[in-house]
Amino acid sequence: MEKFKKIESNAIPLPMVNVDTDMIIPKQFLKTIKRTGLGKNLFYELRYDETDAPIDSFVLNQDKYKDSQILITGKNFGCGSSREHAPWSILDYGIKCIIASSFADIFYNNCFKNGILPIKLDESEVTKLQKAAENSLSFIIDLENQKISYFDKNINYEVSFELDKAKKTSLLEGLDDIGLTLAKVNHISDFENKQKSRTPWLYSQQIK
Amino acid sequence: MSTPKTLYDKIWNDHLVSENVDGTSIIYIDRHLVHEVTSPQAFEGLKIGNRSVRKPNFTLATADHNIPTTNRDEGISDPESKLQVDTLEENCREHGITFLSMSDKRQGIVHIIGPEQGFTQPGMTIVCGDSHTSTHGAFGALAWGIGTSEVEHVLATQTLVQTKAKNMQINIQGELPLGVTAKDIVLKIIQTIGTAGGTGYVIEYTGDAIKSLTMEGRMTVCNMSIEAGARAGLISPDEKTIEYLKGRPFSPAENEYQLASDYWLSLASDEGAAYDKTVNIDASDIIPQVTWGTSPEDVVSIDGLVPNPEDESDETKKKSMIRALEYMGLVPNTPLKEIKVDKVFIGSCTNGRIEDLRAASKIAKNRKVADHVNAIIVPGSGLVKQQAEEEGLDKIFIESGFEWREPGCSMCLAMNADKLKPQERCASTSNRNFEGRQGRGGRTHLMSPAMAAAAAINGKLSDSREI
Repeated sequence: MEKFKKIESNAIPLPMVNVDTDMIIPKQFLKTIKRTGLGKNLFYELRYDETDAPIDSFVLNQDKYKDSQILITGKNFGCGSSREHAPWSILDYGIKCIIASSFADIFYNNCFKNGILPIKLDESEVTKLQKAAENSLSFIIDLENQKISYFDKNINYEVSFELDKAKKTSLLEGLDDIGLTLAKVNHISDFENKQKSRTPWLYSQQIK
Repeated sequence: MSTPKTLYDKIWNDHLVSENVDGTSIIYIDRHLVHEVTSPQAFEGLKIGNRSVRKPNFTLATADHNIPTTNRDEGISDPESKLQVDTLEENCREHGITFLSMSDKRQGIVHIIGPEQGFTQPGMTIVCGDSHTSTHGAFGALAWGIGTSEVEHVLATQTLVQTKAKNMQINIQGELPLGVTAKDIVLKIIQTIGTAGGTGYVIEYTGDAIKSLTMEGRMTVCNMSIEAGARAGLISPDEKTIEYLKGRPFSPAENEYQLASDYWLSLASDEGAAYDKTVNIDASDIIPQVTWGTSPEDVVSIDGLVPNPEDESDETKKKSMIRALEYMGLVPNTPLKEIKVDKVFIGSCTNGRIEDLRAASKIAKNRKVADHVNAIIVPGSGLVKQQAEEEGLDKIFIESGFEWREPGCSMCLAMNADKLKPQERCASTSNRNFEGRQGRGGRTHLMSPAMAAAAAINGKLSDSREI
């Protein structure tokens, strides 16, 4: 996984609540056996009409947000299915940071596995940032110092955010989770031996 | 005496491999269910990392999301779907994982076949790259949905790195009125706590109304925990659980069954165990429930009206209600029972079990599906289908005008050919009424199997108790 670096970009405002993973990437795109190439279908049904033509009014189709790396959205973002195609499509599009007042658990967790930073802020803060995003102001996301900053009419605004330490390290260092766990393989083997004597039937289960 | 513990606390403690310095824990995973949609990239990752599957025999795979529910002998016509299913079969062969193929009568939706095969047992940790893995919590197993990166992590290490969730108790007191089902309970719960109400929690369902449910009903309740935001839902194991699992193919052998049963019963939450949050709901207040909007929390009782956004004071909520009503093509204050449906879907991991088909068949028997309605029944597994046919349920359905299909996820997520056309309205026993879930522009109303069957007969949303 790539290391998470400081982001400087404007942000896409998407003031909708309960955006579900079907909305982020509809099922017809889940038939792939690859992780890449999903960005063009991100928010497909909001973004394109029945003839696959872009819907001009949708925010992702507006030129000024073409290269945005930040998405600012409503509460409970990413609810619904566990499909990792949702963060894959977001990342493939070029978005590396999502700001919302809350996220669904599985989606939130999936973001960190893909180098995406989901930031939780109070709803009132999110609303302010939405306004700034609508004016296409440029934001700096500084994960190291856990700060979002932007200039509005020559005033520098700073918002700090909370983040679990393990998740922060994982993003900053681009860690390989599986490698880290496998380094503790002795603990896993010890556990299995202990479990085998305590609940032996878990190890004797066979297809009849 | 030690501190009283919840079922969740006990399972967590029994699976703790080690605690990391950063506050996370490595948790052992007893069983892993795998399907075609969320696994190919995980197997690819193993290959790239030159890693193997640690416990192939703790892993069970099947194809369910992408497969056709008609003309099975012709195979899968969609080349992308076929490639995904073939890839799973190939990956399973390479790693020595049991794969139940489309032609195996045990094939079905992962969350139906796990319990059916006795692969799901109390006290286990079970994961699957599918959010409805919460279903298995009905057995007192800690079961939750994971993304593909975690699927790879489990394949390689048989563990996951986790942070412990909080405990929530949802207590359904009292007796459920006649004709009210597990689906109505869980829809009521989601309406009460909202789709983010359970975020960060593991929910334990308690109370007389939960205890009185069959294992099938308990699975329906736990299945939709994720629609309430909780990754896992749990019900303490009891005699019904032990009875259900007896003699199933993967269940503990006879000589170990007593030992296993004793352990299972010891897992029930202790008297006086502390929950971070408790919600009480009175079962006697619940009547059949239906969704009107595009979020599973948009729930009303069948005798109610389509809500009016003007009555909502919260501006954000009001806006999303207006959007939902427009999408659903509904007018505020319309009685639910006047809403006509075009399609009916009975099936899914929420309601595709034998008990669900029996409930629907009682309504269907000696009645006809309304002329303008296309209704399909999709059993949750090959064994559910076989059982239903032995009981003659297929004949009842076919005589009524329902289509009798092959098992799979089908129109719950419409990845195969079973889908709604734009603006088509469907009475569905599935779990999600999101925009486009059952097909672009399709309009979904979630409800129980009896309610969906009643909608098929009357051609509009109906109270199954009045049939």
